[in-house]
Amino acid sequence: MNLHILRNQHLYVAVFVVQAKFELDQLTVHAEKKQLVAPGELLAEGPYFAGENTYRDGSKIYSARVGLADVIGNKLIVVPIKGAYIPRIDDIVIGRVTDIGMSGWQVDICAPYPAMLPQSETPMQHGREMGRRDLGHLFGVGDLVLAQVIAFDRTRDPLLTTKGRGLGKVTSGRVARISPAKIPRIIGKQGSMITMLKNETLTDIVPGQNGIVLAIGKNPDQERIAVEALYMIEREAHTSGLTDRVRAMILEKMKGK
Amino acid sequence: MGGQKKTAQLIDSNGLRVDGRRIDELRPIKLEVGVLDKADGSAYIEHGKNKILAAVYGPREAHPKHIALADRAVVRCRYHMAPFSTDERKSPAPSRRELELSKVIRESLEPSIMSEYFPRATIDIFIEVLQADAGTRCAGITSAALALADAGIPMKELVAGCAAGKIEGKVVLDLSDIEDKQGEADLPVALMARSNVVSLLQMDGSLTPDEFNQAFEMATDACRKIYEMQREALKTKYHIVRDVEEKNEIVEAKA
Amino acid sequence: MSATRQLSPVAKLEQKTVVDLILKGKRIDDRGANDYRPTTITLGIIDKASGSAQVHLGKTKVVAGVKVEKGTPFPDTPDDGILTVNSEFVPLASPTFESGPPDENSIELARVVDRGIRESKAIDLKKLCIESGKKVFMVFVDIYVLDHDGNLIDAAAMAALGALVNAKMHDFDVKNGELRLKDAIIPLPLQNYPVSITTTKIDSTTVIDPCLEEEQVMTCRLTVTTDKNDNICAMQKGGLGVFTPDEIKQIVSTSIGKARDIRAKILASVT
Repeated sequence: MNLHILRNQHLYVAVFVVQAKFELDQLTVHAEKKQLVAPGELLAEGPYFAGENTYRDGSKIYSARVGLADVIGNKLIVVPIKGAYIPRIDDIVIGRVTDIGMSGWQVDICAPYPAMLPQSETPMQHGREMGRRDLGHLFGVGDLVLAQVIAFDRTRDPLLTTKGRGLGKVTSGRVARISPAKIPRIIGKQGSMITMLKNETLTDIVPGQNGIVLAIGKNPDQERIAVEALYMIEREAHTSGLTDRVRAMILEKMKGK
Repeated sequence: MGGQKKTAQLIDSNGLRVDGRRIDELRPIKLEVGVLDKADGSAYIEHGKNKILAAVYGPREAHPKHIALADRAVVRCRYHMAPFSTDERKSPAPSRRELELSKVIRESLEPSIMSEYFPRATIDIFIEVLQADAGTRCAGITSAALALADAGIPMKELVAGCAAGKIEGKVVLDLSDIEDKQGEADLPVALMARSNVVSLLQMDGSLTPDEFNQAFEMATDACRKIYEMQREALKTKYHIVRDVEEKNEIVEAKA
Repeated sequence: MSATRQLSPVAKLEQKTVVDLILKGKRIDDRGANDYRPTTITLGIIDKASGSAQVHLGKTKVVAGVKVEKGTPFPDTPDDGILTVNSEFVPLASPTFESGPPDENSIELARVVDRGIRESKAIDLKKLCIESGKKVFMVFVDIYVLDHDGNLIDAAAMAALGALVNAKMHDFDVKNGELRLKDAIIPLPLQNYPVSITTTKIDSTTVIDPCLEEEQVMTCRLTVTTDKNDNICAMQKGGLGVFTPDEIKQIVSTSIGKARDIRAKILASVT
């Protein structure tokens, strides 16, 4: 059963949303693509897969969160509007060092779980083991670090590494705290939004999957404008023509800076 | 000072109650989602004269660590009444009633929360009653469910609460404070409308089994109506008309 | 704050045994779905209390004591005596009980038992009035859990009722605003006998009077308290599960019948 057929039969009407319900061989998708759904709303009936943020009860698939419903192949998912950051392996994150232990650092990555950066996961320093005082020289309490998640599962807190290009202590720039669900919008389709931001504000934008975004520029004004642009994107993430409006806002503010 | 004068009649000769409602009529309800800045999720409800704020923090790190559960999140709930919320000032210290209600409210919401998603974390629900006029635990549940959804916490479905009762021998819906104080029975109920199951059920007073059935039907029907209001409140907050593929985007966004 | 409890220390194997049996229509102690465990009610075990009762419900043991003292009435009920129900889950009763102020389970139990007595008007509070607006008798019901093997609410309610039925006070009258205690000993002015019946849901089966192992695997419970006229005077759902409307109606109707049996038993132990 090919769902491509379903998609092409959706009606694209200018201002109004038309609820299209297709019944083919007892397969029924009740939610249309990008429809706002609440927990407990019926998405589909039949041999579909219950993807992210949905659940199956008998032959029916329901939404588990507030978000936009979508169909990918024969899998129903809900893209959430809001939610906590749950670490995934390979995620790039920006965190703050909160404690120094015997063999590493505890890092707050704004998740329900504190992360650990073991000394063994930092680039070799002087080719020898570091004591606690040395650890403090590398990253002190309060320092920001750009790291990557290398391990996380239900039984243990996330493990980080700074062995990787560009990873390590953050020494300059400003930080914006964005809802993790909006990070894809900050990046944009094929990086369109983030490329525009970098070009127009002349700053380097480093988005952490955990919602923390770095803006590193040559002067504080550029960084401030970049951060304002980031919050604007977060506020208006669901609108269209956003890239152009953000660009316009930046250009206005960049005048004379 | 303090205490109310006894009202002569709770139901008049036209079958109308003190506030003009019919026997089976709900008090007016207003719901608003996402009203607080710092909380992960929040909702405000006005149900009759009740004014209640619900906030959710979580999932977040468990503090202290030893309360954490290995396979799911700990759900914590605090129901609390502001000292100025009632006719006579209520002491800010948690009363036995508030402790009991914190428990039954948690037990009405937790069945719907998919807490297995967040082992070793906590989900904290705070319900503050700013003004009370009977039915606060039900209104608290209605707003807390919205706050949980607003926080993006995965749930099987929304939970809605409403009470029914008996005054002057008649089974009525949604008691107001004066009806609760002078009436013969109070039956708070919380319902998960999609799967049609009851997650809160309490009763005090005196009801025959038939009266109980009547009151229970009334309360559960009202819960279904309130569930529709909850959905509306969520859609109002996050209203997005379908986003067509990038080129010809025509969108109506409500901030 | 009310918080999700730590999972019980009952081994997974024992939990599985209970559930497997339930699915086959049996119970771990071989009872029928609607059977109470062997129950003994002994009255008058504490001489210094106005009234007392000890209940053994299976291995659950609860003692309740009643004390009658003088006090001032509430301003909005100047002619009514005062009823107070308290409960203590003392640490010796279970490895899970800690010392300290009553926790939410203890408070819930006290309030549910209180509702049963109060809403059924078991005590004619007007007969406890000494001087309107100034002096009344206060009835304290204190419930002491001694051994927790499940279904504390029903055992506590039985013990409370037993203690009230057992309680004695001096007959009295009031002359010139002064309380005069007479020699004659009279029972408390009781006019109703509330009984609570707790039903537990395990998977989708309901069983009455859960023992501790059953409580630890249950999804939820429903306590229904009825009076001598088969009127429902209190209800309380507890636990993290949910009930369908049909289950609730069925539990209510079964509970009314069971309550009659228990009531007869309590009243028989008076003689």
